[in-house]
Amino acid sequence: MEGQPPPEEEEESEESQQRQARRARRASLGQTPSASETVEAGDVSARASQASLGAPLSQTSLRWSLPPGSLSSLGLRIEDLDEESTSLMDTLSLTGRVPSHGSMAENYPGGLDAAQYGFFQPMDFHTAMFQPEPVLSSGSFQPDEEEEAHGPYALDDPQFRGSHLDPGFGPFDYELPEPEPRELMIQNAKAYLLKTSVKCDLSLYEHLVNLLTKILNERPEDPLAILESMNRTVQEEWFHKKLDTLRDDPEMQPTYEMAEKQKVLFLRGAGEGEQEMEEESIPVPNIIESAFYFEQAGVGLNSDETFRIFLALKQLILGLERNYLVAEVEFREGEEEEVEEEGEELVEGAGEAMEGRDEEEGEEDEEKEVDEPPKSTWKPPPVIPREESRTGANKYLYFVCNEPGRGWTRLPHVTPAQIVNARKIKKFFTGRLETPIVSYPPFPGTEANYLRAQIARISAGTQISPLGYYQFGEEEGDEEEEGGARRDSYEENPDFEGIPVVELVDSLANWVHHTQHILPQGRCTWVNPNQKSEEEEELGEEEEKADEPDEVEQEIGPPLLTPLSEDAEILQLTPWTARLSCSLCPQYSVAVIRSNLWPGAYAYATGRKFENIYIGWGHKYSQDNFNPLLPPAVQMEYVIGPETMEMVDPTVEEEQALKAAQEQALAAAEEEEEEDEDEEDEDADD
Amino acid sequence: MLTGWLLVAAMDSESLLLSLELASGTGQGLSPDRRASLLTSLLLVKRDYRYNRVLFWGRILGLVADYYIAQGLGEDQLGERKSLYSLNCMEWSLLPPATEEMVIQTSVVKGRFIGDPSHEYEHIEMQRTTEGEKTYEDEVMIQIKEESRLVSVIDQIDKSVAIMPRGALFKTPFGPVHVNRTFEGLTLADSKKLSSYFHFVEPVELKNKSLLEKADLDPSLDFMDSLENDIPKGSWSIQMERGNALVVLRSLLWPGLTFYHAPRTKNHGYIYVGTGEKNIDLPFML
Repeated sequence: MEGQPPPEEEEESEESQQRQARRARRASLGQTPSASETVEAGDVSARASQASLGAPLSQTSLRWSLPPGSLSSLGLRIEDLDEESTSLMDTLSLTGRVPSHGSMAENYPGGLDAAQYGFFQPMDFHTAMFQPEPVLSSGSFQPDEEEEAHGPYALDDPQFRGSHLDPGFGPFDYELPEPEPRELMIQNAKAYLLKTSVKCDLSLYEHLVNLLTKILNERPEDPLAILESMNRTVQEEWFHKKLDTLRDDPEMQPTYEMAEKQKVLFLRGAGEGEQEMEEESIPVPNIIESAFYFEQAGVGLNSDETFRIFLALKQLILGLERNYLVAEVEFREGEEEEVEEEGEELVEGAGEAMEGRDEEEGEEDEEKEVDEPPKSTWKPPPVIPREESRTGANKYLYFVCNEPGRGWTRLPHVTPAQIVNARKIKKFFTGRLETPIVSYPPFPGTEANYLRAQIARISAGTQISPLGYYQFGEEEGDEEEEGGARRDSYEENPDFEGIPVVELVDSLANWVHHTQHILPQGRCTWVNPNQKSEEEEELGEEEEKADEPDEVEQEIGPPLLTPLSEDAEILQLTPWTARLSCSLCPQYSVAVIRSNLWPGAYAYATGRKFENIYIGWGHKYSQDNFNPLLPPAVQMEYVIGPETMEMVDPTVEEEQALKAAQEQALAAAEEEEEEDEDEEDEDADD
Repeated sequence: MLTGWLLVAAMDSESLLLSLELASGTGQGLSPDRRASLLTSLLLVKRDYRYNRVLFWGRILGLVADYYIAQGLGEDQLGERKSLYSLNCMEWSLLPPATEEMVIQTSVVKGRFIGDPSHEYEHIEMQRTTEGEKTYEDEVMIQIKEESRLVSVIDQIDKSVAIMPRGALFKTPFGPVHVNRTFEGLTLADSKKLSSYFHFVEPVELKNKSLLEKADLDPSLDFMDSLENDIPKGSWSIQMERGNALVVLRSLLWPGLTFYHAPRTKNHGYIYVGTGEKNIDLPFML
């Protein structure tokens, strides 16, 4: 086999000389060629380097005839290899064990023909077996067989001392005058190159071999420009061998775990699908279809992520460390809610007792008796009871999970106090449900409650549907209830025919809210917090009553199914933006509507289908900067009155003046009395 | 911008799609018709303006219409970038470069973008004019065009939150910055650290590092500021998605900027899809 150094290399003369020098040296040290194969026994280190570079496995067999280890570095190589492979001859195992370095394998031109240029074939191959004796047959070095004729290398010429061409080569010792000077100088030069330093095993020779092999294999466009980086890469590769197949990569461990969990998703999903069809359980909305439509609108996750979230999800809320996927689950009447997802942690059903919040906090210290420091007459505002399950803000049950494949966690019901507080603060979600919310005013709950409160607000504000999709129930009894016509329920309109997309975009009146608005109180239906005051009166008859509880006005919100056009504007900003998804093909596009108040809330509608989704950070939009609530004014500790006011002591003059005045008054009074007596006496005398 | 460095250098259309897929975790993406028109129109832009690379920067949502922004780069990666905008992903118009006064002037404008580049915001300012000895305070109505606001917002975003993984660019001794073709991606451990990402601007804080820290740096790779010292702390959210196969950084200062990188591969890029408003409430929200 002829070595064919690729002729098209454009390297500078210096480098080419080096290469050629190396080639020549390899020829002298070269191994016996094996008869049958395509690839040669090259240098041991070259072989090793090729192995580590993930050489293509097109070689059928390799045979090594190793030299008895004349040079130290070669010996080192052998020992290393001894450890790793059982048989030195079995180089295939060596190459097989080393997973190919990523880019290298990819960059190999397809269909490598090792004969061609699969490896950098440095040499020439009829060389005799290397022998430690420097006596070499003259046939070992055959410059004629190489394509380029090289002149004698003046550097290594024993007669030539000091070269300016290649400063890497130092002066040589010429101990053995017998062998031909050319071979000698070749050997010397190679010996120098093969020297390994104290610090590392890699000699310059081997490194250069690796480097050039890599360059020749990869054929980058401008090798000189990237020479340094390639240099560094090759060094790194040498020292950071890829882990073998027996051990798993520790870095990738979490990835694999995640993938396994998600695999479970796929498998079980298939099994559950059949069951669902039989039982007619809660229909999982067709996520893929929704995702497709949302993609038309330019919203949504990429398709395989969506597929993994092929569960009853409707919202995704971004967090700092992890995101939340929120699934909205509706109770079926009279039944416990079913968790149709195959979450690994199935949370218990709705049968659990509801937490009562009946503590009457206003009654704390009213029972104690006298000789107390002045009692606090402050009563905390009465606790507004939270809404029952399945009504109002608690109409749906929400489950969250961080990533599809992990279990779903149920979010607790929301209380009005939490909603009211959530309106006042603005915090990022961290992705862990147990994080406490540190804020002012202090939020009653952890991140789970805050999340739930935000979900409630977002749903109340942004769940919309085309006009006519839902209609009110048939009962007429609502009119007579207090508070006017408040309708709590709606149902799908079977006769809904869909509104043309163009109209949906043009006018906001074609969309309606189908969730109840949350009142400032924090609930959807208003509750008079003073209704309990009767009980309190009974208990607290004998106690002082400070201020009367203020009269609370009934709060009324817009009724259900209000069109969007009624939504209030925020500072000249329309609260919704409607668009056609694709202006180029209006007949097939969908109507997309985007909320400006809750950035990230989208809805699409086309024909008879519509869907809502929320993907965002979970915060309301406000043009002005967020101003946290100011702490309240400092309370008065005591009543200000004359007894507690500090008075200035009267000065001496004032006291004397007062005394004088009093004496005058006394004197005047006595005189009057005397006069009266005199008058009376006079009268009496008369 | 989505790299996409393959986008135009190799006329490879697939990398844009892949990048969009990877960056879409934030929920905003592009609809298929937009993507298709982007690919064709960006090629034409590259030809017309003779850019070395054209990258899709992102999308700014306005009330009436959205702006699609692209940027063209010359030879020097860290050099000047020309921004172009389009309303329909087909016709692109060049934007003027940002100047300091423009940035200052438009910083008073608040609120959403309208979507009409010729829209003018009116801003009332008190100006004092002295004529002779008297000083008048006049209310002057200043008109600020939305185009300049667009320019300054893009500039601010680029300066503050455009990032690159460490090693993706390297600096040659002659000055120009080149793409590192042997960049194989960050390792998983590195990709979770903020210090492996750099701001894609001229460094500001680099000189302030102590000598001890500088000794560990490699001058050809570490020539930009890293994200570690960003104020306020915690203004970046790092997440691993798809079970560690993708690392996504999202900026909390400019919500909507998403940077993605697939560890151990060359894929990285960033895209901004948002309203174009800075999140000034950030310190309250952390």
